[in-house]
Amino acid sequence: MAGSILASATAEAGDLAAPALDGGQRDGVLQRVARRPSGVVGLLLTTFVGVVSSFSGWIAPGDPFLLGNPALLPPSGGHRFGTDNLGRDLFRAVVHGMRTSMTVVVWVTVISAVIGITIGAVAGYRAGVVDRALMRVTELFQTIPRFFLALLAMSLFEPTLRTLIIVLGLTSWTLLARVVRAETLSIRTREYVESARAAGGNDVHILVHHVLPNILPTAIVVISLGASRVILLEAGLAFLGLSDQDRMSLGFLINNAQQFLEQAWWMSVFPGVAIVLAVLGINLLADTFNDVLNPLLRREPAGARGSILRMPGGEV
Amino acid sequence: MEAPGQALLSVRDLHASFHTDAGVVKAVDGVSFDLRRGEVLAVVGESGSGKSVTAMSLLGLLPSPPARVSGQVLWKGRDLVGLAEPEMRKVRGAEIAMVFQDPMSSLNPLHTVGRQIAEVVRLHTTSSKRQAWERAIEMMDLVGIPQARRRAKSYPHEFSGGMRQRVMIAIALACDPDLLIADEPTTALDVTIQAQVLELLQETKERTSSAILLITHDLGIVAGMADEVLVMYAGKVVERGPARDVFYRSRHPYTLGLLAALPRVDDEAADNRLRPIEGTPPSLIHVPSGCSFHPRCSFRRLETCSVDEPPLAAHGGEAHRAACHFAEDVVSVAPADLQRSVPSAAAAAPGP
Amino acid sequence: MSAGYLARRLLGVVPALFGVLAVTFVLVHAVPGDPAVLLAGEAATPDRLEEIRRDLGLDRPLPQQFVTYAANVARGDLGVSISQGRPVNAIIAERIGPTLLLSGTALGISSFLGLLLGLVGARRPYGRFDLVVNTASLVGYALPAFWLAQMAVLVFAVHLGWFPLLGYTDIRRELTGFDHLSDVGYHLALPALVLAASEVALLARVTRTGLLQELGRDYVRTARAKGAAEDEVLNNHALRNALLPVVTLLGTRVGFLVSGAVVIEAVFSWPGLGSVIVTAAQQADRITMLGLVLVVAVGVIFANLLTDLLYGWVDPRVRHR
Repeated sequence: MAGSILASATAEAGDLAAPALDGGQRDGVLQRVARRPSGVVGLLLTTFVGVVSSFSGWIAPGDPFLLGNPALLPPSGGHRFGTDNLGRDLFRAVVHGMRTSMTVVVWVTVISAVIGITIGAVAGYRAGVVDRALMRVTELFQTIPRFFLALLAMSLFEPTLRTLIIVLGLTSWTLLARVVRAETLSIRTREYVESARAAGGNDVHILVHHVLPNILPTAIVVISLGASRVILLEAGLAFLGLSDQDRMSLGFLINNAQQFLEQAWWMSVFPGVAIVLAVLGINLLADTFNDVLNPLLRREPAGARGSILRMPGGEV
Repeated sequence: MEAPGQALLSVRDLHASFHTDAGVVKAVDGVSFDLRRGEVLAVVGESGSGKSVTAMSLLGLLPSPPARVSGQVLWKGRDLVGLAEPEMRKVRGAEIAMVFQDPMSSLNPLHTVGRQIAEVVRLHTTSSKRQAWERAIEMMDLVGIPQARRRAKSYPHEFSGGMRQRVMIAIALACDPDLLIADEPTTALDVTIQAQVLELLQETKERTSSAILLITHDLGIVAGMADEVLVMYAGKVVERGPARDVFYRSRHPYTLGLLAALPRVDDEAADNRLRPIEGTPPSLIHVPSGCSFHPRCSFRRLETCSVDEPPLAAHGGEAHRAACHFAEDVVSVAPADLQRSVPSAAAAAPGP
Repeated sequence: MSAGYLARRLLGVVPALFGVLAVTFVLVHAVPGDPAVLLAGEAATPDRLEEIRRDLGLDRPLPQQFVTYAANVARGDLGVSISQGRPVNAIIAERIGPTLLLSGTALGISSFLGLLLGLVGARRPYGRFDLVVNTASLVGYALPAFWLAQMAVLVFAVHLGWFPLLGYTDIRRELTGFDHLSDVGYHLALPALVLAASEVALLARVTRTGLLQELGRDYVRTARAKGAAEDEVLNNHALRNALLPVVTLLGTRVGFLVSGAVVIEAVFSWPGLGSVIVTAAQQADRITMLGLVLVVAVGVIFANLLTDLLYGWVDPRVRHR
């Protein structure tokens, strides 16, 4: 972090030789991420959340909805996170809730990444009428807040996990599409793309082999920030009671804790902390990625850097 | 006011360095020069030679940290290095003004040009808003912007590049400075506009008997304007002297290279592309040993040049100095000879 | 601001409104089965079903149905709520006030605090204050608003007793005039602060980064070379330029704020649209849900329009285009 501001300050101060400041940047992106404290914390948190949700059945075996314990037990050796008003073990519930959350995030991210990159790359590469039409559609999708669209869809269709994933997947690609489009627009006029075109390269080939590798760094930052928003979105919908009733969800647990706040703080605290850790981990990673990739992005035209800054602005 | 005959600006052993993660960047490394009223001093060099940083450090405009500036900048007998910010601000814009390279990005896009000129007047005088505005219009008139009263209310994006640079010059001249620092003032402009802007600078200097510090990589501009020339390489002065001497009796291979790289208007047949000096400017963190130019130099003798740093020694008169072990060999070569040695420029005309 | 700019912006709203109607229309018709049954629920009486079919013109071809639907919405007719048996627009009109009050207050708090913190942070980048604000905003941006709301209630209302637990006013007391207002303000404080928290985090970050970026620009160097003091440089030059992206951001945050408000209302029993949504969700009242989504989407469209106009007012380059 400090490095990039120094570099920019010195670069702006005068006509310094650029190569002088580029020392020590040969390592891979991951190594550079791992060298920053925020990157280390982000990596650890994300790995932790990933491992817990992948092995939820092994870490906390059994049905998370299973009743039968005494109700409202505070955290103890037997029930690490305590029990809720119906005697459910909260540790098991939280672990399975994290799994639900991650399932939604992974699928939504895959769907929205495919749509967003495709639309953005095609719009930017084709330019002209295609671009304008696609961007109109993108703007339209940005107009209706995702949250309300999901609310509506969950009430119109069967409120299952699949409905939720499809709705969020179909509405979470707009920011990515815009950023990818801007990047593609600036790349398409570069020499190597032009020459690949002149050589009669086919468009799909050029997009996949020349354009995509160049927009990937920026896309990864947008995609990961989007993923952290999806966690919050899923939890929010479940909190309002619009979720798959057969799946344990962190938002549902927090909603359930509402009436017992005064007697059983643990019912709200543990699921909440689980959400915060997951979101924070991904945000830290995305942030560090952005910092690490920034010195490269700063030289790009078309305000590539500005678009990164505005990324958190994508509405829920 | 300085004593008669004394230099307006006297820079002694100026150093500027940046402390970065990668190491210490010595951008300016022991630069000295004098500048008198009515004089134009040109500082030339490739980008990265430290010429802009020199200008910025005169005015204390380098961000600190990471920048560290030491040495003496005697302005009318007072040392500007280490001067308190409030005192320094009274000098900036009023006594020493600056014109920058890119007139588009150097003007605030959200303020009218009139406001931007009036701002500097308001900062340094007790004029009212109205008086400052009138002064702004007067200045726009002076620098040759037509319909100044109307155009003062326009925004920078409504001006052409040349007109924007005139606005920059109007800002710089609004408080009648004694020294004008022009950092690549014409680089971003068309050739015809370039000439007009340079003429404007020249006129101003003569009218106000001020001095100009002209920073440029374009020796063509220098030839037409400068009295004295300072050639910088890797943060150091490698040659300096009266413009005529530096041009016609260059004593440093780097100066010679810069001259050879000049496109020649008198030579239609020749390939008019710029011929940059071979090699790249050195890293300012790991400056080559001995003479910092030796890796790119065609006159070098390794056993000497890579070991001993040549002093800035007088050659053919006290005023003309060069930092080269083989200055006497260099002076016998004309820039045109260098061009001739390259096949693509076979039809080069004889040297000036 | 040129009349052309204004006209173009106003005209730009039309396709957006049309698009919103189209999306909701398609959604309703995408569900397999009879839309009337879908909207009214399985338990609806034949009369009710007939009424809905007539309202939506379900016996006519799809394009005509869309026209009918659009005309109904344009007249402000959002249908009759299934769970409450009253017109949806009446329900919304009744409850939208507290939601607007809550999100408006939060917008005000977050704009003020976010700008302030970002400005102070940018003054001394990487200083101690800046690091604290930076870290806090990173965490703040990771907090789910409804959970933060519960934690706030737990700490400030339950344990410290500084704020009331829930509600819009104290229902045990009949207050009027200024007392009523101050009572509402007292109840509003905690939910508004909670809703503002994550926005403050975001705005502080964007303002700070924007300012730092602007401070490195050439025109700022010009201002310094003129002899302007650092405060003047920041306030007269960098700040206004740095505010441009912030203005855009504020526009896009309106939808988020309303979404957040709706969720938080459930924690504080705030009598706004949130409770309408929760009831509608529980009782599968799809007509109400549809009406709510339309109202919110239209609100967001006009918020964006306002942002565009504001932007044009601040930036001469946009204004003259």
